[in-house]
Amino acid sequence: MKRKMYEIVGRILLYGCTGLTVGLLLFIIGYIIIMGVGGISWSFLTTSESVIKGTIGILPAIKNTLFVIAVSLLISLPLGVGAAVYLTEYAKNKRFVAAVEFASETLAGIPSIIYALVGVIIFCTALKLQKTLLAGSLTLVIMILPTIIRSTQESLKTVPQSYREGALGLGSGKWHMIRTVVLPSSVDGIVTGCILAVGRVIGESAVLMYTAGMSMAMQDFSIDRLSGASGATLTVALYHYAKENADFSTAFSIATVLLILTVIINFSAGFLGKKLKRS
Amino acid sequence: MQLLFTLCGLAAVGFVLLITVYLVISGIPAIQKIGLFNFLFGETWAASQDQYGILPLILTSVYGTAGAVVIGVPIGFFTAVFLAKVAPKKVANVIRPAISLLAGIPSVVYGLVGMCVLVPALRDWLNLPAGDSLLAAIIVLAVMILPSIISLSETALVAVPKEYEEASLALGATKLETYFRICAPAAKSGIAAAVVLGIGRAIGEAMAIMMVAGNVANMPSLTRSVRFLTTGISIELNYSQDGSLQRQALFSIGLVLFLFIMMINAFLNLILKREKER
Amino acid sequence: MSDTIISAKHLDFYYGETHALKDICLDIPEHNITALIGPSGCGKSTFLRTINRMNDLIEGTRVTGSLSYRGEEIYAPDRDVTKLRKSIGMVFQKPNPFPMSIYDNVAYGPRTHGIRAKARLDDIVEQSLRDAAIWDEVKDRLKKNALGLSGGQQQRLCIARALAIKPDVLLMDESTSALDPISTSKIEDLAMELKKAYTIVIVTHNMQQAVRISDKTAFFLLGELIEFGDTEKMFSQPTDKRTEDYITGRFG
Repeated sequence: MKRKMYEIVGRILLYGCTGLTVGLLLFIIGYIIIMGVGGISWSFLTTSESVIKGTIGILPAIKNTLFVIAVSLLISLPLGVGAAVYLTEYAKNKRFVAAVEFASETLAGIPSIIYALVGVIIFCTALKLQKTLLAGSLTLVIMILPTIIRSTQESLKTVPQSYREGALGLGSGKWHMIRTVVLPSSVDGIVTGCILAVGRVIGESAVLMYTAGMSMAMQDFSIDRLSGASGATLTVALYHYAKENADFSTAFSIATVLLILTVIINFSAGFLGKKLKRS
Repeated sequence: MQLLFTLCGLAAVGFVLLITVYLVISGIPAIQKIGLFNFLFGETWAASQDQYGILPLILTSVYGTAGAVVIGVPIGFFTAVFLAKVAPKKVANVIRPAISLLAGIPSVVYGLVGMCVLVPALRDWLNLPAGDSLLAAIIVLAVMILPSIISLSETALVAVPKEYEEASLALGATKLETYFRICAPAAKSGIAAAVVLGIGRAIGEAMAIMMVAGNVANMPSLTRSVRFLTTGISIELNYSQDGSLQRQALFSIGLVLFLFIMMINAFLNLILKREKER
Repeated sequence: MSDTIISAKHLDFYYGETHALKDICLDIPEHNITALIGPSGCGKSTFLRTINRMNDLIEGTRVTGSLSYRGEEIYAPDRDVTKLRKSIGMVFQKPNPFPMSIYDNVAYGPRTHGIRAKARLDDIVEQSLRDAAIWDEVKDRLKKNALGLSGGQQQRLCIARALAIKPDVLLMDESTSALDPISTSKIEDLAMELKKAYTIVIVTHNMQQAVRISDKTAFFLLGELIEFGDTEKMFSQPTDKRTEDYITGRFG
């Protein structure tokens, strides 16, 4: 009798909780799309906001997002891949390896509001970059570094030792071996790391709100003006419309765009991850 | 070449040191001026009156995180058991990527949905003057930590050797009894890691709860508007004067939050290390 | 002559399209050790696992014909599988104690079947460990993790765990193949002792083992039961040519 109850209650919990999770998921996604899809049009995506015409466009936010992604990846990709190569190929000092790995884990665990503070203290104030997209991107470099280190490291570990021995046996130097054999065969993992990093950058809001600004105006990205460019990325724009303007339909349209980007990122990371596992 | 790679590795360590040093340097002055005791245990935070006590913020973060864990962990755990053990492969293969989508949704989007759906709903159901509350924040946080709890617990459950299950079934236990009494205990360190990770996520989240918690620095109560450690920083960061005591106090909150997170991470590493050794 | 306890009549078993057991007819007598022998993939383990329905865990399996335990159909639709498995215990090839204390391992079965009283559990645990000839080795560390035991001790613990639910039949699926010779002989002695109270069915790769401990032997080949009879007779004068080839080591 008691065992029967156990069985019934257990089943209710398992199915109920899974149902709740899936239901929540469908509700959140459905709600965002229903509320947001109507506001998405060609001009929404390709113009900037015009108070005179009373139209709303998110092109500046898209451009700002792309800029932040480009700059932060440009710096953290070589740094992260380099650190991973060091850890798997060169490192001999166990203590130092442990220190680097600990540092990377710590960076991964720090919440973004702390990064926001650090960005404000170091890049905006100490380095006098002010509130600019550049300051925001530099802060994000630190934030996405562990993502790139980790996935590069994982794919470096899957490169068979025999490849390395083969290359070294043919008389190539260590760096030559890494460049011609190790890195090419772990390119999948590096790309996956980049995709995940892009996902983090796209989803990030706290850091950028305080280090890159909230302007919805079109920015000038020419090199000499770069230090002055400041503006909102998609997530910050969403916050701006929702919380400061109470313009929820625009906020949901941006949410829909973000949702689509998330799907694309998850799909491509998953696809590459599978490919990585197979090889 | 080796030198270059070593420098890359050093960069990661350097960043951590840089962050720690800057947080400590900028966090200390306000605490010195206010006094450690008054800062940590002061019940009033009011920048206009130069009162900077963060007890309400600390308690809100603790209660909020605990609430999210109490709601999120059981739901996540049972969903993980379902996915790892009960669900047919095809069903699990549809649900799994959907849950990782849930993990990838930006936190402002959660905040937005919370603001537009949850907050008004709570206001109407509970007859509150406003739905922005600790309860709303707890629910949003619970949903946000769900994906990591599910995926980590599932991984841990899948890794439990099949032999344990067989032995239990052969002793006449039902499948469900086997999942809960053998698989779950065998996966306990993985599940514990999932919970700790969830705690870290919840305590560090800022934007989503800034949109649903009301952000008044009240002592925490489920139906009242509250301010977390994270939102304590974020809500005033844009409005405080550079160099003012108010801004310095925000850095001090950052330091306190950082210490919390470091403690949680240390705990997480301990669990993971123990798991590895087994 | 002992009574038949498990009886297969025209039993067929399928994994998807694979016909794994073909028209098996076999009566297993009570209080005997019955050995199932044959080359890898011959169906002996599959047959063993049909007896306590462990094959249910694999998707896409199908059973036809009759398999009964004490006259009742094992694959009857209303059969309570947990009760069946309580009566028919199993010891696996690899020792598989749970990652918990020695005490909890043995107490797991009784607890599952509703025994909560501490004193009673204590008794059952001690008796089962004694019956499995491991009590003296573990009595001072019952609260220690079972994974700290040696392979042979772990396997005897698994036997104790199976005995703790007071089964009627004990199935042993190559239970000594992962062990050293000394542990193996301990478990063989144990099996000889246990057959007084239990019916034992073993699957073994080791023909010497079958000769040493079993009363009856069944020889399987490619899913068919080739020959079944008294162990002594089968190993001295097999009736089938294929049995002879196998036991004299010409294949397998």
